[in-house]
Amino acid sequence: MAFPAQHEIYKRRFSRNVGLGLTLVAFIVLVFGLTMVKVMQVGQMQAFDHVVRPEMLPADAAGEGGQ
Amino acid sequence: MTDINAFEQPNEAGFGDYVALLKPRVMSLVVFTAFVGILAAPVSVHPVVALAGILFIALGAGASGALNMWWDADIDAVMRRTMKRPVPSGRVQPGEALGLGLALSGIAVVMLGLATNMLAAGLLAFTIFFYAVVYSMWLKRSTPQNIVIGGAAGAFPPMIGWAVATGSVSIESAFMFALIFMWTPPHFWALALFMKEDYSNAGVPMLTVTHGRKSTRKHVLVYTLLLVPVAIGGAFTGIGGPIYLTTAVFLNAIFLRGAWQIWRRDETQAEADNYAVEKKVFRFSLYYLFLHFGAILAEAALKPYGIGGW
Repeated sequence: MAFPAQHEIYKRRFSRNVGLGLTLVAFIVLVFGLTMVKVMQVGQMQAFDHVVRPEMLPADAAGEGGQ
Repeated sequence: MTDINAFEQPNEAGFGDYVALLKPRVMSLVVFTAFVGILAAPVSVHPVVALAGILFIALGAGASGALNMWWDADIDAVMRRTMKRPVPSGRVQPGEALGLGLALSGIAVVMLGLATNMLAAGLLAFTIFFYAVVYSMWLKRSTPQNIVIGGAAGAFPPMIGWAVATGSVSIESAFMFALIFMWTPPHFWALALFMKEDYSNAGVPMLTVTHGRKSTRKHVLVYTLLLVPVAIGGAFTGIGGPIYLTTAVFLNAIFLRGAWQIWRRDETQAEADNYAVEKKVFRFSLYYLFLHFGAILAEAALKPYGIGGW
């Protein structure tokens, strides 16, 4: 015996699915927004890969490093 | 398969039932007071960080609400005011409420720590622990002082909001905490006076049950007398000012008058007018808190224009 397609229980399940979907989308948007703000607050930077980049060192230190 | 499941769970929950587990009305107060805590702080916060902070504080409060509904399902089922909640009505299983509460607690604390700072996250974790364990599991069923001490859980949000902005605790955030903490007992005891049989049926040792109604009326007056200097004294902290002082004096005069009227009445008078004064004082107490925090917000908002603050 099957429930008719318009049975009330399907509405409740649909509301759960839509609610959860919208919550996850909102969470993703929030984390993305937070990431953008945090990254922009740090200022200039390059990806951290343990490689010294002389062009990012202060002028004096770069000069000494070159001697 | 789906149809068989549908037969087995005729009370299957909708999305709204899970939202109801988070006690949205309590969350609205948490959102507002945390918002005031952030805006009143002397440090500016990026709007996205502030929004995230408020959302995660509210989520933590909601999570503790779900844990409370899981633990208190047996007494919620007996009390008229709470018997339609998702767990006692059978729409949400107790295990689901526990799982949701624990998961959201973890998400809220970790995300608040990552988005803002560890002090704010630590305070939120303590608040959830205090409400779920200290208040719900321990105090609520063991002492008539449950409301007094348990009120601390509701008092933390503005302090967490302040910590989100400043990364610290100060006299101003302690004042906002104290305002809600001292307001909670007269607010709830006014409610307990007209929710007549609910608490005694559920076996919750509310003051009305353990010490009687006459004593509860006295307690409403005494705690209101203790609340007044705290509420007015806040005007002289860094977040106070003439707007707050005027509002506080006005509101406290009305609240004190209401508490006095409650104290002067006996049960015969109260029953004759269906607890009109008690209901009026309870409703006013909601505006009382909202307007105090509204005044703090007004002081902060007007400060840049040279009007707010002293």
